[in-house]
Amino acid sequence: MEKLKLITRGIVKDNPTFVLLLGMCPTLATTTSAVNGMAMGLATMCVLILSNVFISAVSKIIPDKVRIPSYIVIIATFVTVVQLVMQAYVPSLYKTLGLFIPLIVVNCIVLGRAEAFASKNSVIDSALDGIGIGLGFTIALTILGCVRELLGSGSFFGIKLIEGDGMLAFVLAPGAFIALGYLIVIFKKLTAKKA
Amino acid sequence: MEYVIIIISAVFVNNIILAQFLGICPFLGVSNKVSTALGMSGAVTFVITLSTIITYLLQIYVLVPLGIGFMQTVSFILVIAALVQMVEIIIKKISPSLYQALGIFLPLISTNCAVLGIALLVANNEFNFGDTSHMLNLGQAVVYAVASCIGYAIAMILFAGIREQLAINSVPKSFKGVPIALVSAGILALAFMGFAGLV
Amino acid sequence: MARKSSFTNMVLVLTSICLICSAIMGFVYSVTAEPIRLAEVAEIDNAISAVVPEFDNAPSSEVTSIENEGRISEVYPAKMGEKIVGYAIKTTVSGFGGPMQIMVGFTSDGTIYNTSVISHSETPGLGNKVETKKSPFSAQFKGMDPKITKMSVKKDGGDIDAITASTISSRAYTKGVDNACKIFVKIQEQSQE
Repeated sequence: MEKLKLITRGIVKDNPTFVLLLGMCPTLATTTSAVNGMAMGLATMCVLILSNVFISAVSKIIPDKVRIPSYIVIIATFVTVVQLVMQAYVPSLYKTLGLFIPLIVVNCIVLGRAEAFASKNSVIDSALDGIGIGLGFTIALTILGCVRELLGSGSFFGIKLIEGDGMLAFVLAPGAFIALGYLIVIFKKLTAKKA
Repeated sequence: MEYVIIIISAVFVNNIILAQFLGICPFLGVSNKVSTALGMSGAVTFVITLSTIITYLLQIYVLVPLGIGFMQTVSFILVIAALVQMVEIIIKKISPSLYQALGIFLPLISTNCAVLGIALLVANNEFNFGDTSHMLNLGQAVVYAVASCIGYAIAMILFAGIREQLAINSVPKSFKGVPIALVSAGILALAFMGFAGLV
Repeated sequence: MARKSSFTNMVLVLTSICLICSAIMGFVYSVTAEPIRLAEVAEIDNAISAVVPEFDNAPSSEVTSIENEGRISEVYPAKMGEKIVGYAIKTTVSGFGGPMQIMVGFTSDGTIYNTSVISHSETPGLGNKVETKKSPFSAQFKGMDPKITKMSVKKDGGDIDAITASTISSRAYTKGVDNACKIFVKIQEQSQE
């Protein structure tokens, strides 16, 4: 069950969005709807898993001084792979997420995990860590996307619940900041009680 | 005239932090004091302007002619990482005092989404100004980059001022730190939305 | 933990990583190039069928580019058999939040059949009402004759009803339609030569 802990830690204790406060840019920008947030989270999770595994596998043969540039090249490669695959098979989603897919490469979460975990652990553990953190990120983005979509467009995962639009500010910039701020507080309160 | 529209649009209407969501991590992390906000903005302006020029040239003279557009992400991030390293070494040699002031921010800049973000926006011509739809020339690209940085600086400094005030006021315990900063940023973003009618 | 950072080691490792990564990317690129191209063609074809009468050719394969006022637009002829039933013109304008791509369809008699937006970055709830599903704005162009109707918003002295509180988006869309009309005139002149 040690292995399972690796996954659950990424979702709750080390949740990248609500606890570690990393990767804010795509979090705020792509959560205009639940589907968009989820897609962004999943894309990032793919890159996380792939790069964690690859880096864990080759970390022993990389000289210390070229560590960071090597990691960057590897991460950028997998981001490009995800980019191309999305462009080919889910083009409308690709267009919506736009600029933020290539920006996964500078998402502090990916490089951070590679540095802190993948370079020091086995391939399997790194893969599980990638899944855990990736799931944490995806869940956080999906929740934020749900909230913004419900309040801002009055729909849930694309199913309209009310006529017309809701409080538009929530699908726009201000709502992103405010909703995230409140969600962090709620998350802290919920996880504090469990402790 | 076109340049004025680029500048107003990049600084106020499509502010790089408050409207385009680029550069948030340092925005939340480094903006507690006005002095650090200034330092960060200075370093960021320098790096972004240089990297935009280099990645622009890379796009036009290498990636497009060779048909390897898909190498864009990799090549751009390598250029930026290398540039940041070089800038750090040069500043250390030329002006140790400047290095003292900006030094700690420099490594952070290579993972700042704003740098890669602006480079990509320029190279893919994905933003709006005036009334044309062709690829920007180098001059317009530079003006856009610098204007975005000015917008970055304004947002950072305004925000630092707000956070300095927040620190000495009573905030509900669970909101202290990042949450209240986010809510304030949201209100600031709301204010900037008022510029929408300018262009 | 890691190898010694000797110069040869560093160069060797970095070069091999770059080579392996380039190979991975090149491979994925070659696999996805065709689906990407197909997806783009499908998007254009969908946009074309929304704005011209029924056709049975493949407009994307007969596309031509025409320039007007410094902008290049793509012209797609729609045919039923050998007869041209309409033209779909794709043009790009600068909207409020970014470039807007519009498809304008004309019938052979010179009137607009329909218009629709292909992509845009307008504000949700305001400018995004240029989308056909969101408001009757884009539908008002149906049947308009550019020789009679003035292609600018009423605020600017024209005949087009703008979207409330979204003047800039409406203006941009109208300008796109106007541009398409001018291009259509050029096509007609060319075919008469």
